Amino acid sequence: MKRMTWFNVTSLTLGFAFLYLPMIILVIYSFNASKLVTVWAGFSTRWYGELLQNEAFLNAAWVTIKVAVISSSIATVLGTMAAYVLVRGGRFMGRTLFSGMIYAPLVMPEVITGLSLLLLFIGIGLDRGVLTIVLAHTTFSMCYVSVVVSSRLVSFDRSLEEAALDLGSSPWEAFRLVTLPIIAPAVISGWLLAFTLSLDDLVIASFTAGPSATTLPIKIFSAVRLGVSPEINALSTIMIAIVTVGVITASLVSKHSSLRAQEDARAAERPAT
Amino acid sequence: MNLRRFALIAVPYIWLLALFLIPFIIVFKISLSDTALSIPPYTPTLKDGFAALISQLDFENFTFLASDDLYWKAYLSSLRIALVSTILTLLVGYPIAYGMARAPEEWRATLMMLVILPFWTSFLIRVYAWMGILSNEGLLNQLLMGMGLTSEPLQILNTNTAVYIGIVYTYLPFMILPIYAALDRLDESLNEAAEDLGCSRMQAFWLVTIPLSRNGIVAGSFLVFIPALGEFVIPSLLGGSGTLMIGKVLWEEFFNNRDWPVASAVAVILLLILIIPIILFQRNQQKQAEAEQ
Repeated sequence: MKRMTWFNVTSLTLGFAFLYLPMIILVIYSFNASKLVTVWAGFSTRWYGELLQNEAFLNAAWVTIKVAVISSSIATVLGTMAAYVLVRGGRFMGRTLFSGMIYAPLVMPEVITGLSLLLLFIGIGLDRGVLTIVLAHTTFSMCYVSVVVSSRLVSFDRSLEEAALDLGSSPWEAFRLVTLPIIAPAVISGWLLAFTLSLDDLVIASFTAGPSATTLPIKIFSAVRLGVSPEINALSTIMIAIVTVGVITASLVSKHSSLRAQEDARAAERPAT
Repeated sequence: MNLRRFALIAVPYIWLLALFLIPFIIVFKISLSDTALSIPPYTPTLKDGFAALISQLDFENFTFLASDDLYWKAYLSSLRIALVSTILTLLVGYPIAYGMARAPEEWRATLMMLVILPFWTSFLIRVYAWMGILSNEGLLNQLLMGMGLTSEPLQILNTNTAVYIGIVYTYLPFMILPIYAALDRLDESLNEAAEDLGCSRMQAFWLVTIPLSRNGIVAGSFLVFIPALGEFVIPSLLGGSGTLMIGKVLWEEFFNNRDWPVASAVAVILLLILIIPIILFQRNQQKQAEAEQ
């Protein structure tokens, strides 16, 4: 029997108020007519209009999206391969080093990752720009993808793959026709995670970006260093709205598909007629 | 060994070697070289082969770090800020995780999503949101003065207090989720048994619930402590000139002073400090995984 005491209700209310109020306030103030961000002077969408005219922000947003799409896609392929090697690869030389390199970037301070990659790019004479940010983002996000995918690989029944192999498929066919459909939800959430991490990254991008390519977080950071600005409030609101819609859609889709899977399972249990 | 398996292993392996391990070796190498006023602003140490390397190795940057107390203070103050904010996050996060685990079954998926949602929103924006609230003319001070609690604005933004608030706020989901996972598995009849045997509700909580959620507490604390130690964005936006954190020092050494060898030495020491909590965290995760099997 679960008890909802007044204490639990209060801690949940206060906790979620703490988590959400700052963002709600930010959204409300993005519609403030005044340039003074702390004084409310009536409702206005003025800052959204100004934001859409700001070439520098729009360019940075385009670079950011480009980097995020490319790096998360490469990271998903590499991360899935790495997960497969970790879970199904068996023994090979340097396995410990390999798994160490998968887990280390997850706990590495961003300043160190950024610094070390920059020193590498300068050492080999690679000009800093979109390419270097993509390489940097792919490297740390492939590790996140591989953790997400390997947790799914661990939990699924290996005999399904073996059955496919016994029935004459090649290892690649077995992967494509049996394994991949089963791990697909994890691969997709790995991609989404890599995509958001890339969109969000300030520190590593600051080290690896050159004058030819600036990402949105770098632009936002240099703007807010000087203080709160209404244009950034408007930009933040747009980003919060996109994420909220995305996460809610994703969770509804996954709920729907898990319900369908349950129905399928129930249907399969019924004796065939 | 067939070619396909070899390629499957080699591609991610080589990628990580080239873009994760080798860059580290470079940082380590540069931390041992002299500062030079050139581009790149350091003298190469590996130029003349291995024998020359040994004789050229130069711990100047490290002795410099040890002699200048700015760096000592920055390391100590990062450790202190990370530790205090981990404890604060635990104190804020535990009751929320507890409330979630005790909530009716049908609410839990929604509550869980509400905890995860901020994690998907930009970190930078979540930190930025507090700048408007904590500033001298900000909402918090307007509220406090409106209620007559203080007559003049409190200086919160650009102090360590703001840094604590920022860390607790942004890392809260990392604390809540592992504790919730531990509490969710907890069999409530154990608490009832303790109460039947004469414990008060409070005693049952301390003697049964807390010890059984220990793994979640430990995992959550490391997940907050480790990234907080190297944090850069929060101290630079919310902290003031008095806020010393090593991530910020490294950044400034690199971008403002352009002293690459010293920045690399700062990175090497930060890494050495982090190795202990990281190993402890790995051990805890492994123990937990073994316990589950």
